Amino acid sequence: MPKASVTFEDIGVTVTVPAGTRLIEVSEKVGAGITYGCREGECGTCMMKIVAGSENLAQPSVLEHQVLSDNLAPRAARLACQAQVLGGEIVVRPG
Amino acid sequence: MSHPSVVAPGRPVELAEGVHWIGALDPAMRRFDIILNTANGTSYNAYAVRGERGVAVIDTVKIEFADEFFARLECVCRYDEIRVIVLNHLEPDHSGALPELMRRAPNAELVLSQRAPSILKALVRELGTEPDYTPVGDGDFVDLGGRRLAFVNTPYLHWPDTQCTWLEDQAMLFSGDVFGCHFCDDRLWNDRVGDFRFSFDYYYQHIMRPFRSFVLEALDKLETLAPRVILPAHGPLLRSRPRDYMARYRRLATPELGSGGDERTLLVFYVSAYGNTARMARALAEGAEQVSRLRVSLYDLQMSDVGQFVDLIEEADGLAFGSPTLNADAVKPVWDLLSSLTLVSVKGKFGAAFGSYGWSGEAVGMIEDRMRGLKMRVPVKGLKVKLNPTEDDLERCRALGRELGAHLTGTAKRRVVDIAELA
Repeated sequence: MPKASVTFEDIGVTVTVPAGTRLIEVSEKVGAGITYGCREGECGTCMMKIVAGSENLAQPSVLEHQVLSDNLAPRAARLACQAQVLGGEIVVRPG
Repeated sequence: MSHPSVVAPGRPVELAEGVHWIGALDPAMRRFDIILNTANGTSYNAYAVRGERGVAVIDTVKIEFADEFFARLECVCRYDEIRVIVLNHLEPDHSGALPELMRRAPNAELVLSQRAPSILKALVRELGTEPDYTPVGDGDFVDLGGRRLAFVNTPYLHWPDTQCTWLEDQAMLFSGDVFGCHFCDDRLWNDRVGDFRFSFDYYYQHIMRPFRSFVLEALDKLETLAPRVILPAHGPLLRSRPRDYMARYRRLATPELGSGGDERTLLVFYVSAYGNTARMARALAEGAEQVSRLRVSLYDLQMSDVGQFVDLIEEADGLAFGSPTLNADAVKPVWDLLSSLTLVSVKGKFGAAFGSYGWSGEAVGMIEDRMRGLKMRVPVKGLKVKLNPTEDDLERCRALGRELGAHLTGTAKRRVVDIAELA
């Protein structure tokens, strides 16, 4: 299975993960500061900043686009509960 | 003793030229929103402002009090005169009458903060149509003809949607829940009602305190307005010395127990049945104390009132909790403390858990889950020791303290792990 690496800047940890993993799963396990609320892409609690490697994440769904828009999210923001890793290197920090 | 009521049944109260209180009193309320006690009820303050080109309604009331609200509103204007409905906060105690108001005043423009639309859509589902609305923020205003309402974005006081509305010509601030309290007195004005200082502080402590960084940001904006009158959504209307209430908020929201400089603080809490978790706690603290610029404090929760620790936790950078496992659970004093933390913001603080156990050792994982639920960072896997900790176990506790301390002081080494290695 293709692997990717996700670096959580706030705690200085890089995690190797299989492609298809959602970022919130990794954040929870590693204890980073990206926290979740509904886990269903509705509340916006898990909004985070993609510092690098946004092209290595699956494109946001219509729902995620709407929630990011409702929450006045900056361009580099994604929802950790929705963002799925495709491969490569990704660097994130709490939004 | 005379008690001249300002509020008469079915009648609005004029606050200034073309500005009326059209809210409702709820003197029977004794517990609000499950968590707040009130000794004499509350009020749902709503307002109407008339300009040359129409009327603005600012907030509504809890649905049970809609009839009173509409009776007062109808004394002030016809529904077709309502040009704008401003919602400073969409919680149901202020938006309960909104769907009916939208039915009665279908041409009114709905004005609310930019974070409010998702809540609005849920609130007015009963109307069966997508509501039209105008999201506003700092610098936006509504011209009522001869007078303007400007908007001040004050998020998280105490919901993401909260905002304040500023009536420029009267220097009146419609503040929503900010500067409010649950205190019902039909004399309305703060210089006429009974002493409500305890209610004001109590409301801040339970509603605003978890968002104190947002309180300070909002005060930076609101203080510059220098309002002549503050009109909150609950409790007395603040026309006498309104700036005193802003100053009180600033004092309540300003950290008092800072450690100073670039020093970080770690609080280690524990409960111990046979002294094993206590030994782990001391070892963890010893390890953490080896980290420079870190001040470590150790507390036994066994005989302590957890309430006294909430202030300390609010100021601390890191928290470690130690609990033995009893009947597959962490012990009550630890849960009591962890459940008290909704009163303060612990989001982003670093945390760790540890504890001795006899059979299964669930407590550590449960505490870690709770910390994550509180939106803390838990960067180091917790430590469980079966019964008596050996010297090796205690060294692992010291290492946990050192590693947690390194995260707290920004000196943690970068590491690479595979997700399969994480629990």
